[in-house]
Amino acid sequence: MRDGLLRRPGPILAVAAYLVLPLRLDDFWLSALTFAGIAAIGATGLNLLTGYCGQVSLAHGFFLGLGAYAGAWAAGLVGSDLLAWLPAAAVAGALVGAAVGPFALRLSGNLLVVVSLALVFGGQHVFRNWTALTGGSAGRDDLPLAHMGPLDFSALEVAGRSFSFDQGYFWLVWALVAGVTVLALRLVRGRPGRAMAAVRHDDLAAAAIGIDVARVKVAAFALSGALGAVAGALYGSYRQFVGPEEWDLFLSIEYLAIVIVGGLGTVAGPILGSVFLGVVPRLVEEWAAIIPLVDTAPGARITTGQLNRFLFGAVIVAFLLAEPRGLDALIGKIRGRIGSLKRPTRRRVTAGGSGQS
Amino acid sequence: MTELVQLLVEGTALGGIYGLVAMGFVVIYKSTGVINFAHGTLMALGAYLAYNASVTWGLWFPVAMLVAMAMAAAVSMGVERVLLRPLVGRPVHSVIMATIGVAIAGDQVLTMVWGFDHLQMGDPWGASTLRAGGVVVAVVDLFTLGVVTAVVAGVGIFFARSRLGLAMRARAADAEAAMACGIGHTAVDGTAWGLAGALAALAGILLASGTAAVHPDLGFQALRAFPAVILAGLTSVPGAVVGGLVVGLVEVLTAGYAPTHAPWLGVNVHQVTPYLVMLVVLWVRPGGLFSSRSVRRL
Repeated sequence: MRDGLLRRPGPILAVAAYLVLPLRLDDFWLSALTFAGIAAIGATGLNLLTGYCGQVSLAHGFFLGLGAYAGAWAAGLVGSDLLAWLPAAAVAGALVGAAVGPFALRLSGNLLVVVSLALVFGGQHVFRNWTALTGGSAGRDDLPLAHMGPLDFSALEVAGRSFSFDQGYFWLVWALVAGVTVLALRLVRGRPGRAMAAVRHDDLAAAAIGIDVARVKVAAFALSGALGAVAGALYGSYRQFVGPEEWDLFLSIEYLAIVIVGGLGTVAGPILGSVFLGVVPRLVEEWAAIIPLVDTAPGARITTGQLNRFLFGAVIVAFLLAEPRGLDALIGKIRGRIGSLKRPTRRRVTAGGSGQS
Repeated sequence: MTELVQLLVEGTALGGIYGLVAMGFVVIYKSTGVINFAHGTLMALGAYLAYNASVTWGLWFPVAMLVAMAMAAAVSMGVERVLLRPLVGRPVHSVIMATIGVAIAGDQVLTMVWGFDHLQMGDPWGASTLRAGGVVVAVVDLFTLGVVTAVVAGVGIFFARSRLGLAMRARAADAEAAMACGIGHTAVDGTAWGLAGALAALAGILLASGTAAVHPDLGFQALRAFPAVILAGLTSVPGAVVGGLVVGLVEVLTAGYAPTHAPWLGVNVHQVTPYLVMLVVLWVRPGGLFSSRSVRRL
């Protein structure tokens, strides 16, 4: 198991960043990181399914949409407490995930990818037409805000100090990222993780040694769907608007890209990938004036939107060619280099494995 | 009755184009085991190049088509050589994501070069139609059916008779055994991508001619042809054409009848029905309609 980032000085730095960043960053960067955190939660689900269990899905965007609407529906039903609508979204995602899981028992690899496309297009059709739930093409803006009992993350007040909407959501989202990551870590290091790895390597062999392949695959789909739906519900709550065109194929591609760029089958991968792919477009926007031929205005020779999409595609291909194990492995390598510069006499067997004792 | 015949004619023409798209997928999948998500980008590229050859350079339209197909084939082979050959032997998701990355980046290059406008191809048919007993047939549809028939025959003969076609079938059947017989993957994969690029360009040109135009979303149509490929079971060239026809007919018939007879299905349900047909087929026959049964052993 490779999780170099989560070891040693990491945790202390992470907690410090968690507490201090919202006080230091402006709303532009704070929202970028909050969106990245939401994406990390969803991507952790996809990583369990694709990275650990080996089932490739291009339907993750559908589960985000499902979660956003399920959360809004549950909030209308039982009230807008976070502890009501977030679990409701998770349950909806898990149920639908478990329902599509059986397709993975009959199909594999390429065919499964195409079937997941059917879920994206079929889902979008339903989202467009089920006006009562989704608001149709006009979208829906009555989404629940995140408050938990007396704690209102959209207007946080602690010890007489009040914090902004963006600050509150940053703290909420990244606390959930930590929770989900720990959950994933425990899962993949235990029996379920070993069962998923066996199914990924060869499902026939896994069945031969007594693993209930059907159960593992369906459970992986359910878990992935649940985390996708949680991310979708948070996304809707943070943006306070969702339209049916958002849950398209490109969103699903983005999630698969996050997992691959971050590092498939690594616990830190979804976080690294979502921060990287969330921050790069914002940097391009910030530096648009310096980059030749590029401008933010729609009439420009090359718009920042075009450039960002191009970079997104290029980054995917570049990682697959140059470092298919993603940022996680890349960071491990860099740390290994730095370490060996410090102590040239010591040989390292694995990059990023052994630390400074 | 007239309406039905009308829809059947239109569905067959659209299905023929889907068949071409599906053939492009099949040619690559058969020899390399890759589903090429960049196929739609190649379609749009081919149509844009044909626009340039026909309108900008003023070439005779059939020549412009051939020029565009040749150029798209060259680009396609370049993509295979530079970006996909290094990924041979990698897991499915790597290769699929690489083609998706190429598609996303490539689509942006297309709009950077040609912009977002709808461009008229300058084909000799335009909106001209023939009438036969109340049924209106677009000339471009007749041309499409003729071209598709010729291409299917040509590709069929290529696979059945030529040495390279035989080599491609051998590699598809068993890559290692083929290699042991001296059939390397380089020539075969390059040919497959080149052929698929030309087929993609042809499909793109046909989709954008007539009353339609070249536009950046043209490549998205390729995604609509996925059910056709799956119906065919991913490896059968004639199956791809049959699948294409089924998908085209299903799409046009639902577009024609659903709004009046089943409005509760929602707006634009015809974009989804081919996928529903595909799901049913996959549930009943996981390998597709034209698949032979494969046995897995440990």
